[in-house]
Amino acid sequence: MAGDSGDGMQLAGSRFTDATAIFGNDLATLPDFPAEIRAPAGTVAGVSAFQIHFASRDILTPGDTPDVLVAMNPAALKANLPLLQRGATILVNEDAFSVRAVQKAGYAESPLEDGTLEGFTVKRIPMSSLTTRAVEDLDGVTSRDAQKAKNLFALGVLSWLYDRPTDVTERWITGKFDGPVEAANLAAFRAGWSFGETSELIDVQVKVDRNTEVLPGTYRNVNGTEATALGLIAASVKSGLPLVFGAYPITPASDLLHALARRHDMGVRTIQAEDEIAAASMALGAAFGGALGVTCTSGPGLDLKTETIGLAVMLELPLVIIDVQRAGPSTGMPTKTEQSDLLQALYGRHGESPLPVLAASSPGQCFEAVYEAARIAITYRTPVILLSDLFVANSSEPWRIPNAASLPPIDPHFRTTSTGAFLPYTRDDNLARPWAIPGTPGLQHRIGGLEKADGTGAISYDGKNHARMTKLRADKVDGIEVPDLEIHGEADADLLVLGWGSSYGTIRAGARRVREGGGRVATAHLRHLRPMPKNTGALLRKFDRVLVPEMNSGQLAHELRAQYLVNVESYGKVQGQPLLPSEMEQEIWRRLSS
Amino acid sequence: MAATEQLTKADFQSNQETRWCPGCGDYAVLAAVQSFFPELGIPPERIVFVSGIGCAGRFAYYMDTYGMHGIHGRGPALATGLASARDDLSIWVVTGDGDALSIGGNHLIHALRRNVPVKILLFNNQIYGLTKGQASPTSELGKVTKSTPFGSIDAPFNPLSLAIGAEATFVARTIDTDKQHLPAVLRAAAAHEGAALVEIYQNCPVFNDGAFDALRDKKRGEVNRIYLEHGEPIRGVVRDADGALRLGSGGAPVVHDAHREDPAFAFALSRLSSSPDGPTPIGIFRDVRRPVSGSDLTAELAAARAGADDAALDALMRSGDTWTIS
Ligand SMILES: Cc1ncc(C[n+]2csc(CCOP(=O)(O)OP(=O)(O)O)c2C)c(N)n1
Ligand code: SF4
Ligand SMILES: [Mg+2]
Repeated sequence: MAGDSGDGMQLAGSRFTDATAIFGNDLATLPDFPAEIRAPAGTVAGVSAFQIHFASRDILTPGDTPDVLVAMNPAALKANLPLLQRGATILVNEDAFSVRAVQKAGYAESPLEDGTLEGFTVKRIPMSSLTTRAVEDLDGVTSRDAQKAKNLFALGVLSWLYDRPTDVTERWITGKFDGPVEAANLAAFRAGWSFGETSELIDVQVKVDRNTEVLPGTYRNVNGTEATALGLIAASVKSGLPLVFGAYPITPASDLLHALARRHDMGVRTIQAEDEIAAASMALGAAFGGALGVTCTSGPGLDLKTETIGLAVMLELPLVIIDVQRAGPSTGMPTKTEQSDLLQALYGRHGESPLPVLAASSPGQCFEAVYEAARIAITYRTPVILLSDLFVANSSEPWRIPNAASLPPIDPHFRTTSTGAFLPYTRDDNLARPWAIPGTPGLQHRIGGLEKADGTGAISYDGKNHARMTKLRADKVDGIEVPDLEIHGEADADLLVLGWGSSYGTIRAGARRVREGGGRVATAHLRHLRPMPKNTGALLRKFDRVLVPEMNSGQLAHELRAQYLVNVESYGKVQGQPLLPSEMEQEIWRRLSS
Repeated sequence: MAATEQLTKADFQSNQETRWCPGCGDYAVLAAVQSFFPELGIPPERIVFVSGIGCAGRFAYYMDTYGMHGIHGRGPALATGLASARDDLSIWVVTGDGDALSIGGNHLIHALRRNVPVKILLFNNQIYGLTKGQASPTSELGKVTKSTPFGSIDAPFNPLSLAIGAEATFVARTIDTDKQHLPAVLRAAAAHEGAALVEIYQNCPVFNDGAFDALRDKKRGEVNRIYLEHGEPIRGVVRDADGALRLGSGGAPVVHDAHREDPAFAFALSRLSSSPDGPTPIGIFRDVRRPVSGSDLTAELAAARAGADDAALDALMRSGDTWTIS
């Protein structure tokens, strides 16, 4: 569904998604926003699109080549046509193809007339005028309301086309709007549905059965941001630590700030800091006071937090840093996705400054990933970086809601007493140091960025001590228990595809297609980047060929070669777009046949 | 810790060996603070010193309270986070002129405008001490230092004017060696509900010796110190016919009002001296009430958290449109 940014395509898309999820299909979605807030209306730069992929079987990605495109104006058609394959269906808002609009989109002539759409099934629907006609007699509805409701008309047509339940959408409209706007939106939606039903233009209705293979449980739709917010709140509830979240607005990380800022009811404290340095420092200061300190950013914001993260390494206090990666360097392409901060997360601090790094593999998995990041941070007294990215933050999928009671316990295990002088740099079996928070009588102590003597924590410039502390800090991180890598597919396949982060679904989908075509390929996915699962090296050596696809120029490949002295083949993509299943399929076949 | 009234100076002395240069003004401030703290009646475990980097920043190690020696300039941000998590602590920030006004300038002004309940002690020696003698943002024009061999060409900040411009609710100035005045100012800062900024003129005998002699020196100080006492006439300051404050005589006498809402008066007082080599106001320039950052929120959130159990979490996770597959 594509239109001008003012056309409400994200709204239409998310409504279609909810109806689809509730109906019982598996699905994945991907919104694509324009970079500028108010790009000139009608231009390609101003196109906002929403993609959904759904089926009666397991869905792994938002899909690559849409079967149906709804284009609300010429620019939306122009921006999205390259994604389609011949034979696809295009529903256009015919009213929007005026000479001026066509030119604004950069077409010399109307693409509806000049053969551009040859080979496609084009349905020309006068959506604007049909919407106006449907709502004009309603009390108090202005022509502007009518204009704005055309996205619901389009949603109505699409809902009929795929036989979606209408009650979910209608309930949402009534809950969300009042008065004339509610009436206009309802009328537009129903008019769209009736148009689908009665017009001869749309001659087929597609039925997509429920997915019957899903695990029993209660589900909801979440995007990565929502799942992350819930995961953080869950970690706060389960650990008993107040959540203090410091952030400075930056796309695409701000949405997490917005989501958490609403959660006073769960005791969440958010602070919009003066900059990212402060945001990280506030989270760390809160951690010193016994809170779950969390900070979230993207792009250049991570650079700024680096100094504080180094302090957290030295202080050995829990801190969760969420990096919603976007295309860089510098401001780069702020609304486009990338996985190019891996090496920065692993190594981007001065001195030897090790910390655990995790990556979220799907929108719903963000919950588990951030919960685990918090658990590790608290258990091991360490900053943890969680890498997500714009793709996973904004995409959505059905999420099987866990039971609070069955979440893994998180015990902050504060030190409350001491026999003899309190020594803040002694260690437990995990090599974690005691966390004694202000207010605890008798345990007053000072910590800081200066190197400290093993055990006592007193300032120390002794070289041997520094060597010991450097090793202790690294051993602590590398000793963190992480689950083994699991192979999906045959253990003796000809090729292993190893990915990390948000490309999980894409790689699985690409490999599935290859297997369906008789290719022998296995996949595995890294959720822990430091430490890596213990069986990683052995597993890499078991396969003759290993392919590592990532949305960067080969950062994981670089790391695997360095750590395990194995050759892996890198497939890098830095186009600001996620990897595609078709692309994976092709890359896998290419290697299997050579 | 037993009954708090039994606290003594020794209760606030940590076992870390002090490492400032002999004769450094920081020693005088540390001694004064350690002597004064028992009077607050707050047990040491509920006091936190947060500092940045610099000679002044070492302060945190020497108080036997909780302490964090942070990173250069970020003390106010670290302390803001701590204050947002805990409203039961007495939080003090120690910072230098470079720490607070150069690298940490942004954090300082925002902590002040937010009115975070932290007390910020700005040790102003008009030089970078720890890095061995470069010009700082309070070094005077023309100052010759290692980094400004031909004299500084950059105009200095007036820290108090800056703080007042940043909406600070408590702004004061005192002198490292003044054993009466320094505790008196700290007492008022401690009693203040929001953010307090206390500039302490601090001599650095190694890199900027004598910068404050006009005030520190007993004889010269008697002449040059203009003590500000709320409700009392300000000696040596008059108001001209056009309403402007100036040093000297021959105008209308001025009575100090630290509680005046309008910051213009405190600002005018802060402008009376641009460098401490002549008559200089000392004392509390401004002490007004304004909502403290998060004052009710911390309690509200703590109450919410008390109810945020598994059931509440389950309800939150299941909010919105859900569907069940059996
Ligand atoms: C990011 C960073 N940059 C530079 C430094 C080096 N540095 C340490 S202290 C300092 C200046 C200290 O001056 P001031 O704040 O006036 O404190 P003083 O030593 O005079 O008490 C500098 C530049 C640092 N520690 N961190
Ligand atoms: S350099 Fe100056 S400020 Fe620093 S300790 Fe020495 S005398 Fe004090
Ligand atoms: Mg200084």
